[in-house]
Amino acid sequence: MPVPYFALKDCALVTLATGKRAIQLIEFRNQLAEIEVGSIYHHFWGTLLQARFEEREYNNDFASWIRHQVHDSILGEQLAVLDPILFDTLEDLRETMLDLIDTRMEAEPLLASPHPGEPFVFERSQIVVFDTGRHFENPADLNAVFSEMTTGSIFYHFVDARRRTSDRRDDFSDWLAGFGEDYCDLQDSLAQVDPYFGSLAELRDDLNYLFNAHFSAEAT
Amino acid sequence: MSLLDSYTDVAGSDVVAHLRQLATPLQGLKVVHINSTRSGGGVAEILNKMIPLSQELGLDVHWEVITGDSRFFECTKGMHNTLQGIRVPISENLLKIYEETNATNAERLGGLLQDADIVFIHDPQPAALLQYFPERRGKWVWRCHIDVGRPFRPVWRYLREFITRYDASIFSLPDFAQELPHPQYLIPPSIDPLAEKNVDLPPETVAGILADFKLDPERPLLVQVSRFDRFKDPLGVIRAWQLAKRFAPGLQLVLAGGGAADDPEGEAVLHEVRAAARQDDSIHVLLLPADAHTQINALQRGADIVIQKSLREGFGLTVTEAMWKSKPVIGGNVGGIRLQVVNYHTGFLVDTPEGAALRVRYLLHQKERAQEMGNKGRMLVHENFLITRHLREYLTLILALLHEKNHEPSDRINLG
Repeated sequence: MPVPYFALKDCALVTLATGKRAIQLIEFRNQLAEIEVGSIYHHFWGTLLQARFEEREYNNDFASWIRHQVHDSILGEQLAVLDPILFDTLEDLRETMLDLIDTRMEAEPLLASPHPGEPFVFERSQIVVFDTGRHFENPADLNAVFSEMTTGSIFYHFVDARRRTSDRRDDFSDWLAGFGEDYCDLQDSLAQVDPYFGSLAELRDDLNYLFNAHFSAEAT
Repeated sequence: MSLLDSYTDVAGSDVVAHLRQLATPLQGLKVVHINSTRSGGGVAEILNKMIPLSQELGLDVHWEVITGDSRFFECTKGMHNTLQGIRVPISENLLKIYEETNATNAERLGGLLQDADIVFIHDPQPAALLQYFPERRGKWVWRCHIDVGRPFRPVWRYLREFITRYDASIFSLPDFAQELPHPQYLIPPSIDPLAEKNVDLPPETVAGILADFKLDPERPLLVQVSRFDRFKDPLGVIRAWQLAKRFAPGLQLVLAGGGAADDPEGEAVLHEVRAAARQDDSIHVLLLPADAHTQINALQRGADIVIQKSLREGFGLTVTEAMWKSKPVIGGNVGGIRLQVVNYHTGFLVDTPEGAALRVRYLLHQKERAQEMGNKGRMLVHENFLITRHLREYLTLILALLHEKNHEPSDRINLG
């Protein structure tokens, strides 16, 4: 069966206020229990589409707030290590976060006391996904345009894909798998890339490097 | 070269391609922006470039300005002040003039607004227009550029009656969002890197303009660029300069700004500032015309430190401009300045003239550190606050509004 072509998509994000904010940890916990799942998506993944000041210390905004405003590094680190792609649904992810917060507050009751930090402001986002009209029949063609892809395309195919694809990986690997054994090495290389800690432009450079390296080696 | 293509060098070809793709489904869409002035202030500056860029992307975009007499602008200046926290009621008489002026403008702009697909109403001045279009065809969005995080409640309650009827609103920061029955988008403003005020200038042009203003290039220079407005705290800047000058006797201060057509208080503030500045010829108070963009550009580029010691601030585009020119910024710890100035990274946030003076001394002493902060600031602006990002978010918002179902914004809109 022929491998279907790769349809290059792009996306853009706009942020919305939810009107929900929390000053204390207990308030944060209760807001988290009820906030729309779109807000959980936004604070784990959506913020990757927004340019940031510097590289992220933690891979989600919740962990960062707990660490820097509540000043609890233990809970911050526990939340930071959560990988959303390991959860079937965002509701499951929410439950795990609540369990971690409850357990930590039981162990350290003082954490429920007021702290002087900035409030956590729950936001959400809307993502508009569109087809760029560019279709690729073989991976070498895709390699040729990697460097000019927008960061929106990188986000959609390499980050957001982990929530959409059945085996929780990026769209490029998913497509390459259709070519049998031909691109196993490249898929392995892509699997090593952690998308959470650099900018999307840096991520594009990393992926471009891996594709280039693969096809240069193939040519020799 | 098209206007859009000219942004390729500064923002990146991928960014421009992205804008073209996003605009493809919006060809011919009729969009109207309404604000209160064509010159002076950040909103007019943004629209001056946003409009032609949107037109080049294929949207049918119009920009109109609400007109009114001095009583109308006295009222809207009162709204501006009270929404930012000043507790002074606005008289019934002035509110009546506000509504009458909006009614007159609604009549004048009737056809255009009635038929538009999307209408952006900027700030409180034209906010009451919507009530005169009960049969409006398109979506109306209220775009708030000011800090309404802690408004004087009676005035906010009055305006809220108009604003709740909009289909959506936009605030610059999450802190400014209010309880409203419609989606509230968060979109920071931006600067235009190719505007006369922000383009690179040859050093000799900068030197020439500094000389025109009788500034000594051998002495350190502290600059605040902003309207003469109490919220910008020009007297606090003079106080900070006095305190810092004890340790840096050569320090020069420039307070430069223009008047705006919708700001009747500016003259009184300017008078107070000139009186305070009379004590020393190292303070230069410059009232510049609205088109003095190159002069502002040169003053920011000639500065050792840029200060924006606001007490309230919607966003603080003068901070963005200074950071684009790789200057360390000392900013008031308010509003959008907090989003841009990061302590020890791009400058310092301060709460008092004393705090500002301390940071001025630090930056004059730690010159390498000051340059590092300036470089980081430019990077921050490049990634976050250029007009290309702003336009992208407007296009995304328009697409989201056109595809919402049952007035509920969906998390994901798939266009194909």
